[in-house]
Amino acid sequence: MFWSVTLYLLEGLMTTAKLFFLTLLFSLPLGLIFSFASRSKLHIIRWPMKTLIWIIRGTPLLLQLIVIYYGPGLLFGWDLLPRFSAALLAFVINYSCYFSEIYRGGIEGVPRGQQEAGEVLGMTKSQIFFKVTLLQVVKRIVPPMSNEIITLVKDTSLARVIAVYEIIFHAESYIKGAGLIWPLLYTAVFYLVFNGLLTLFFNWAEKKLSYFRV
Amino acid sequence: MYVLQAKNICKSFGDTEVLKGIDFALKKGEALAVIGSSGSGKTTLLRCLNFLERPNEGKIIVNDELLFDAEDKSTQTEANIRKKRLHFGLVFQSFNLFPQYTALQNVMLAEELLARERPDYKAHKKEIHEEIRTHALDLLAHVGLSDKVDLYPHQLSGGQQQRVAIARALALQPDVLCFDEPTSALDPELTGEVLKVIKGLADKNTTMIIVTHEMAFARDVADRVLFMDGGVVVEEGPPEEVLGNPQQERTKQFLERYSNN
Repeated sequence: MFWSVTLYLLEGLMTTAKLFFLTLLFSLPLGLIFSFASRSKLHIIRWPMKTLIWIIRGTPLLLQLIVIYYGPGLLFGWDLLPRFSAALLAFVINYSCYFSEIYRGGIEGVPRGQQEAGEVLGMTKSQIFFKVTLLQVVKRIVPPMSNEIITLVKDTSLARVIAVYEIIFHAESYIKGAGLIWPLLYTAVFYLVFNGLLTLFFNWAEKKLSYFRV
Repeated sequence: MYVLQAKNICKSFGDTEVLKGIDFALKKGEALAVIGSSGSGKTTLLRCLNFLERPNEGKIIVNDELLFDAEDKSTQTEANIRKKRLHFGLVFQSFNLFPQYTALQNVMLAEELLARERPDYKAHKKEIHEEIRTHALDLLAHVGLSDKVDLYPHQLSGGQQQRVAIARALALQPDVLCFDEPTSALDPELTGEVLKVIKGLADKNTTMIIVTHEMAFARDVADRVLFMDGGVVVEEGPPEEVLGNPQQERTKQFLERYSNN
């Protein structure tokens, strides 16, 4: 019984992991674009971006999942997105907004003098960004990013609300099917191991970047 | 023949006029000290020369080439400015070394990036890199930091950081090297080593503009002193005249306040 539950939960964990990694894959770069947009000099770009970030950060992710899954059908009579795609879309938008704010903090935290030193040395804007600013930003954002990414691991469980078959969904099926509660509690072990590995990775990254100070 | 001519430089931030028509010229090999109280516009003047600020009015001419004309927008495009600002080097009050690079890498970076634009870069990558490295090591030796080339900025004292910053500014061989209060952020016991390096540059006839609060140093190093107050040049001339026997009331008052401190 224990092994069959473990295997079945692992199967759910695969979906959890897929959702996690795909969300990161898309929202890490998209968040950077969002952060540039929210710092743009053009009102027409900046304000819609800031409004989106406000809405996404100001409402529960649970609600966003429901809106993205059911919304297009209710409003326009469109076909429903596949459950996993809808969940992924909601997570990518949500996390891009959070990441964009972390990036923004990181970019604005780099002293103005760094940019100016690059300018007087004749560097182009992109050279300054990639050769001077970027690594300093990365160093600054590792701690808040690790926080946010660990939260993402746990947030994937919210996808359960639109019946994405992730680990919690699998565990809950034992409650309904066999009256067993322990598989649900057992999922904590999987989350702990997952986040334990992430924590090790972020500690390593922090150490890697400790050769300089900002 | 002047290396630099600044004509009627005006700069406002909003309603605040910081520079109200600055005129001065600099000969090759000349060291000019700019003195004046805080808020007199000294730093803004340097920032205008380095295009960190765009003057609202005026012209900047280097080696008879018109680099900047407030009335001619074509001199103000990003790409134009980038090339032209290489005529100037700037040493900041707060050093602004790049923290993720060693002293040597700090000095090499800009030159390496510029070398990439050379047509022969791809074919001679190795030789060019070696050339730049040798040049940078030379510069660091000149500022007395041969034994620190592989250290990161946070491992260096303030005085050492500022000397690296001077080497970095020299790497691109600017026509005019500008110093913005290079010792103001340093502990008093560290100013000496930086001033010594600047003095060494003056002795080798480096064309320089030094914004400073160190009057003794200005007297010692500068060929000419320019006193600014309220966004205008009040008095200029050889140091023994401006500092020793000022003609203007405002200069006298400033120097008196200074010697009292």
